[in-house]
Amino acid sequence: MSLLTVNHLTKRFGGLIAVDDVSIRVEQGEIVSVIGPNGAGKTTFFNMLTGIYPITEGEILFDGKNIHDLSPQEIVKAGIARTFQNLRLFPDMRVIENVLLGMHINVKYSFIDTLFKTPRYRREEKKLHEDAIEMLKGIGLESRIDSYASNLPYGDQKRLEISRAIATKAKLLLLDEPAAGMNPQESEELLEFITTLRTKGYTIILIEHDMNVVMKISDRIYVLDHGKLIAEGKPEEIARNKIVIDAYLGKEEA
Amino acid sequence: MMPNDNKAYEQISLFVNKYRKILLIAAFVVTLVLPFVIKSQYIIRIIVMIGVYAVLGLSLNLVTGYTGQVSLGHAAFFAIGAYASAILSTKYGMGFFESAPMGALIAGFCGLLLGLPTLRLSGSYLSITTMGFCEVVRMIFLNWDSMTNGPMGIQKIPKPEFFGTTLTLGNKGLYYLMLAMVVVTTYCISAIVNSKTGRALKAIRDDELAAGMMGVRTTRMKVFAFTVSAFFSGFAGAFYAHMINYIDPNSFTFDTSILILSIVILGGMGTLTGPFLGSALLVSFPEALRFMQEYRFVVYGLILVIMMRYKPQGVLGGQKRTPYVLPKGVARPETAKAKE
Repeated sequence: MSLLTVNHLTKRFGGLIAVDDVSIRVEQGEIVSVIGPNGAGKTTFFNMLTGIYPITEGEILFDGKNIHDLSPQEIVKAGIARTFQNLRLFPDMRVIENVLLGMHINVKYSFIDTLFKTPRYRREEKKLHEDAIEMLKGIGLESRIDSYASNLPYGDQKRLEISRAIATKAKLLLLDEPAAGMNPQESEELLEFITTLRTKGYTIILIEHDMNVVMKISDRIYVLDHGKLIAEGKPEEIARNKIVIDAYLGKEEA
Repeated sequence: MMPNDNKAYEQISLFVNKYRKILLIAAFVVTLVLPFVIKSQYIIRIIVMIGVYAVLGLSLNLVTGYTGQVSLGHAAFFAIGAYASAILSTKYGMGFFESAPMGALIAGFCGLLLGLPTLRLSGSYLSITTMGFCEVVRMIFLNWDSMTNGPMGIQKIPKPEFFGTTLTLGNKGLYYLMLAMVVVTTYCISAIVNSKTGRALKAIRDDELAAGMMGVRTTRMKVFAFTVSAFFSGFAGAFYAHMINYIDPNSFTFDTSILILSIVILGGMGTLTGPFLGSALLVSFPEALRFMQEYRFVVYGLILVIMMRYKPQGVLGGQKRTPYVLPKGVARPETAKAKE
């Protein structure tokens, strides 16, 4: 069974059909890219997967369960976490706090524990911080735990945002243009980072414009244009696909 | 980081951080012996008022500084706490130690009731709503004659009694009661702020949508902060009522809300020490400048304007240079040990 199955998903904003009858499936451990020209409905698609927008029609099955009626918070708990097209870190929180916030849903102590600083509170907080430091070591940011997120270099912020999503213990990560605004060296590093995530067992859906990244990393690619799914397949198939090339570059005048 | 953060300021903050514990104990000892050093009842009274406003500042700070929701109506909770406790003690014969917690609970409950529908709003809409709420509360106190005695106010509110001793300014009892209230409030707020709840609140302040995407139940968290804040404001109100012995609706106007907000902003949003500094400055200024008569409010306004120009995040606010405090027993990564 696929980890994620999306059947006939549609989103209408009044008369505008942003996503039109899109069906995809994602297997455990895959990296799947969703590409398409600007305004193709990619981010709207993500927003429906994560519960920001209610869907108009269709269904979303994650791990065999319907998730399209759940709130964003419940979807995170179910195991889907995302990053944003424009960085959305918590700028005035420390680097370590950003990761800790990602762990929020997995923290098991109550308000009473907080107020009386019970052993459970201390034990949990200690464990959380150790895990967060371990996680930051993994992305080479352990020396910056005291920094405020807004003071990190751009590439580090991007990786921190992905780590924050991972901290939720999600199985499926949705990355919305992770390589946007990066120079070639940074996007190369990001590519490596995402590859290591796959080896750790994460399943990833990627929205990306950087074709270099998309072609190198994806197992499969879905192409959206004007809200419709126009192609799907392996990277080399997509690169040769006539319809996709037309969508990106425009049709030749006959 | 602000460009005008100078070296001296940084030095001081690092110094304070290094000797944090010693300084805290020293400050505590000083506050304990203070009433024995200062003989003037007038000054003690001002210090007690600073304490009351520090509690109000701390509680509003939870909502405004940590959660990023600007409330322009915190005087309402101050008033509810004061009136509830005053009525319970004058009409139903409760002692301060029963009526004050009841007053705080009632204020907290009102905070919950107001918070549930309004905290779905954000930004200026929320501010306007809270402002309106404050006015509604004042009007109710003004017109509910049978209960609140209307514009005449409630008189002869008894002083707190502690095991048979009446606590007054003269016998320093009220001073120590204020101190206890400040300590309890500071402890509770600091416990909340340093937990997962506090992190969730700060996340809401920084980016509400992203916080929701990380699984934070944003509305519930905001209502929680608002309720806790109203509770402590109500407690401060109850204390105030029993200290002054007389309250009327004009003790709790929009000006009071603005004063509380100014304390938070001037002292430093999102800090635990800020409200103390803000309260000390803004409560003592009008007293210190009494010789200037009505011109003192011009000076008062001027200070706020200058502040906003040169350090809008407040005296103690903004991003700190001091290291993040890890829980006990968590090893700091080797590379993060640099003195910065």
